[in-house]
Amino acid sequence: MTGGSKTFGPPVFQRKKGLAPMLRFIFGRLAVLIPTFLGVSLIAFSFIRLLPGDPVMLMSGERVMSPERHTELMNQLGLDRPMYVQYFDYLGGLLTGDFGSSIVTKRPVLDDFVNLFPATLELSLCAIILAVALGIPAGVLAAVKRGTWLDQTIMGSALVGYSMPIFWWGLLLIIFFSGYLGWTPVSGRISLMYFFPQVTGFMLIDSLISGQAGAFKSALTYLILPTIVLATIPLAVIARQTRSAMLEVLGEDYVRTARAKGMSPFRVIGVHALRNALIPVITTIGLQVGVLLAGAILTETIFSWPGIGKWMVDSVFKRDYAVVQGGLMLIAGMIMLVNLLVDVLYGLVNPRIRH
Amino acid sequence: MTVVETTKNPPTGIAEFWFYFSRNKGAVIGLAVFLIILFMAVFAPFVAPHDPSIQNREMLLLPPVLSEGGQASYLLGTDAVGRDIFSRLIYGARFSLFIGVIVVTLSVISGVLVGLVAGYFRGKVDTVIMRVMDIILAFPSLLLALVLVAVLGPGLVNAMIAISLVNLPHFVRLTRAAVMTERAKDYVIASKVAGAGTLRLMFLTILPNCLAPLIVQATLAFSAAILDAAALGFLGMGAQPPTPEWGTMLAEAREFIQRAWWVVTFPGLAILITVLAINLMGDGLRDALDPKLKRS
Amino acid sequence: MSFHPALTGRNVVQRQKNTRTKNKAGKLTMKKLTTLIAATALASLMATAAWSKTFVYCSEASPEGFDPGLYTGGQTFDAAAHTVYNRLVEFKRGTTEIEPALAESWEISADGKEYTFKLRPGVKFQTTDYFTPTRELNADDVIFSFERQYKADNPWNKYVPGASWEYFSGMGLPDVLDKIEKIDDLTVKITLKRPEAPLLANLGMPFISIVSKEYADKLQADGKMELMNQQPLGTGPFTFVAYQPDAAIRYKANPDYWGGKQAIDDLVFAITTDAAVRAQKLKAGECHLMSYPNAADVAELKADPNLQVSEQAGLNVAYLAYNTTIAPFDKVEVRKALNMAINRQAIVDAVFQGAATVAKNPIPPTMWSYNDAVVDDKFDPEAAKKMLADAGVSDLKMKIWAMPVARPYMLNARRAAELMQADLAKIGVTVEIVSYEWAEYLKLSSAKDRDGAAILGWTGDNGDPDNFLDTLLGCDAVGGNNRAQWCNQEFDELVTKAKETSDIAERTKLYEQAQVVFKREAPWNTLDHSLAVVPMSKKVSGFVQSPLGDFVFEGVDIAE
Repeated sequence: MTGGSKTFGPPVFQRKKGLAPMLRFIFGRLAVLIPTFLGVSLIAFSFIRLLPGDPVMLMSGERVMSPERHTELMNQLGLDRPMYVQYFDYLGGLLTGDFGSSIVTKRPVLDDFVNLFPATLELSLCAIILAVALGIPAGVLAAVKRGTWLDQTIMGSALVGYSMPIFWWGLLLIIFFSGYLGWTPVSGRISLMYFFPQVTGFMLIDSLISGQAGAFKSALTYLILPTIVLATIPLAVIARQTRSAMLEVLGEDYVRTARAKGMSPFRVIGVHALRNALIPVITTIGLQVGVLLAGAILTETIFSWPGIGKWMVDSVFKRDYAVVQGGLMLIAGMIMLVNLLVDVLYGLVNPRIRH
Repeated sequence: MTVVETTKNPPTGIAEFWFYFSRNKGAVIGLAVFLIILFMAVFAPFVAPHDPSIQNREMLLLPPVLSEGGQASYLLGTDAVGRDIFSRLIYGARFSLFIGVIVVTLSVISGVLVGLVAGYFRGKVDTVIMRVMDIILAFPSLLLALVLVAVLGPGLVNAMIAISLVNLPHFVRLTRAAVMTERAKDYVIASKVAGAGTLRLMFLTILPNCLAPLIVQATLAFSAAILDAAALGFLGMGAQPPTPEWGTMLAEAREFIQRAWWVVTFPGLAILITVLAINLMGDGLRDALDPKLKRS
Repeated sequence: MSFHPALTGRNVVQRQKNTRTKNKAGKLTMKKLTTLIAATALASLMATAAWSKTFVYCSEASPEGFDPGLYTGGQTFDAAAHTVYNRLVEFKRGTTEIEPALAESWEISADGKEYTFKLRPGVKFQTTDYFTPTRELNADDVIFSFERQYKADNPWNKYVPGASWEYFSGMGLPDVLDKIEKIDDLTVKITLKRPEAPLLANLGMPFISIVSKEYADKLQADGKMELMNQQPLGTGPFTFVAYQPDAAIRYKANPDYWGGKQAIDDLVFAITTDAAVRAQKLKAGECHLMSYPNAADVAELKADPNLQVSEQAGLNVAYLAYNTTIAPFDKVEVRKALNMAINRQAIVDAVFQGAATVAKNPIPPTMWSYNDAVVDDKFDPEAAKKMLADAGVSDLKMKIWAMPVARPYMLNARRAAELMQADLAKIGVTVEIVSYEWAEYLKLSSAKDRDGAAILGWTGDNGDPDNFLDTLLGCDAVGGNNRAQWCNQEFDELVTKAKETSDIAERTKLYEQAQVVFKREAPWNTLDHSLAVVPMSKKVSGFVQSPLGDFVFEGVDIAE
């Protein structure tokens, strides 16, 4: 990691005008990513080697394996080689897109990830859409009606949402909506009577493509509870953030001027205030990616949602070294890329931070 | 807190703080609830009607007092081996508050130290530190904590260590940013010129002026730590049964979700109320400390 | 990614679905059925049933893969071995008795070393979207199915990374097996290095399922060997259709099955890892049958008028193994006293909510040779206290090891250990409960110098008493599976002799005697045999519980 600072060398593009500064900015960010990625890979790699109990022991369960057989299997899995050899081997694999194979299922980790990721993405997107769709209006309303009972109710609810242990919240919703009322299915992504090939991996879209009557509706009912649970915390954060951003903007001179000029309050709030208030809110939304993934771990576990969160938890418990390691890499890599994207977009909007 | 050097009127500091804090009704309620929880935790042996580990084998899964079949001596009912849930929740408060305190202490102390070093010295040290923080931040916190605990072995202590570690970057970044702002200010330069040593500059001159955002962040971390520890317990990687930790109780209760709603409902409610109380206080603290920040 | 079923081809399910929704011509020809569907609720499960009988099973875990030889998980055997594949011999449904399957008959030589199997003629392999067989089952398939599991030079021995053929070596076959030869197209001879009475029972186990050599050759030629583990093809009652990872597995009835086509048309495994959720799905009618309900839910499931619950003693035992080499646990009286102080009925009640029976023998009551004449230790704390005092033991402090995971024979070792702790405190024994991470637990509990008594258990593999008595308590297993580190000459001679005898009556006698010795010496406190509980819809008929804990859907039907 100490080599990290070297990667800050002079960028390739030296022109001062036009696109160059932007490209420089992007390349600079990418250069920073490389040491971080190496660090992440080292951590993912070494964590897993530190796990107590080796995977070969677990494979045999109660049945005790002879020491010879144990050695043979360790050798077969390459676990008996020196750590650094294993690490460089692993790095080499990463460069060619090989994230290793599961010790339990023997399937390539990347295949499983690609298979399961759409489920997590679909759930996360729905959650963030719900959070934005409810959180921004709630925040605006609270800001406009500042100090009223409405404001207090909204902000009170937001704080409850923000403080929610979502694993318990999910169980409560299951007890009530699935168990007591019987309105929603308990777990899974779609009723089993519908069966169609995976095209996009998004159940909502695939069910439409399949053209099967009722499939879309079924997918939707399966999605509702997990979406609510996963959206709870982002919703609360967005509502609070929107309110405070709005309050700040509403206090600005130009808004006051607009009001004084007799512009309709709706226009003032909707057009002038909201547009400016949204900039910090959008950054907040971008930062929710990690929060969503952490939430997905719990949500997917509760609802048996076949996504990467549940996959990771299951793998930790199965001591599936290879999957935990590969999964950590893929997830961390994804978060880093999303953060980079947010950075770059922010840089595009706001040129000052490039320097 | 040694604010003496920089605050002009020390006696009014606390009064002023209380003035702003008490204007926020929610914060006062939060404080009151928190004090009640704290009281119950500290005096658990006197408050709890039963020993949290005594199993009454005649009273397995007894419903709460207000439900049909409930008994007054078991206010919130009993669990699968006949232990009083109310007493277990009271003892559980000890664990949750303890986790919160330890995690915050650990991550504040180490985070502030590392952040001070990074922000004060800048250069290569800073780069390396920030890269390491980037690496930690590249993982979803709960996933990182989960894997860490799996490595260290499931248990309360290891859960606390793991949560402190994933909390670390927030404090490092915050301290570093604050230090960098403060470092260029006149009063720092003045004391530097006056011959103050590095350590003195770092800890006595700069640090006290960065405290306000740190206090707010620490409250947030306090409640987040309780939630994370409960989540780990829920996933079976936190405190191990029969410890009456709330998340662990919830995990054990999961198999009774159909049959005994109370074993599922109350531990979660306890977590929610505690976290909510602390967050309410946090909001109040921010309101009370923010104006100070603006004026400085 | 590779599990997408082809859109075209012989896929019945697919074609029907397409007909219903897209294909107009199909709609016309199927007019009557379409009307029927419109009449009933379109989106209900019943609608599918009108098209084809679909049986949905809520299973507890994703299969590890689809090649039963590679894995050890019960869910994998249910999903691959008992649906797609057959074996030479199989367990008669609902028993641990061996009956002919792909082998019509067999002969065992007088010295017990040569087994000659006559294969059933005319057995067809399944025809699927991905492969159409051109020949019927013959000796080559059988030999291939064996050789790929132990011959290192067989190209299939390492066809997936880390393939270790765990059960094949776990059951000791590499040590016992001398050779396997083809006598003619329908005759196979297996030669052993030494007589081994449990061999037939081993051959009934899922891991030694018979695969198609022709299919394997084609995959090898195409360079797609890994598909053997993703698109299985065998002779069994159900043909594999598709696997949706962590969600569902789909099969259809094999029309060419040598045992006759099944009454149901489609079989679906709905993978649902949470037991409470499985129960809710069953109650909601989303599945017809579920595996492993929570003990806490059983009463409610039994009360549901739409459900029936089948129960059977599982082929398992949970035990508390003392370390018999360390004082004072080397004294029989001390072990007996501790056994008498622990209220096992309380454990059964609190951990299993009654869905288990207190164990007195190391083998379960459903197993042949179970000795019911053995007298169990009585729960008697007073007598136990006295016995301890007489043995000169006072202020005893001990550790009890509790496993960190739920197993079928012990759902919550922690809870059981807490109960034991409370019981032992009453006779003045102080117990510290310790636990380790599962892999560590397995390893450390085997150590000869382990400090403390360990809770563990065993689930039978093949229904042979040898699989319990010799495997868990034989002298060879000390430092390994014998967690009591207990080596008793008398006991060991009995079980070794029984292993080398092929006469069942003779073996029964020996095993019965061994159980008497076991009880007298008390190396374990035998805790419980759990009850396997299978809740299902009242519409289900023909499901027979397997004592081995497998879920076999051959022969099931659903009423309309």
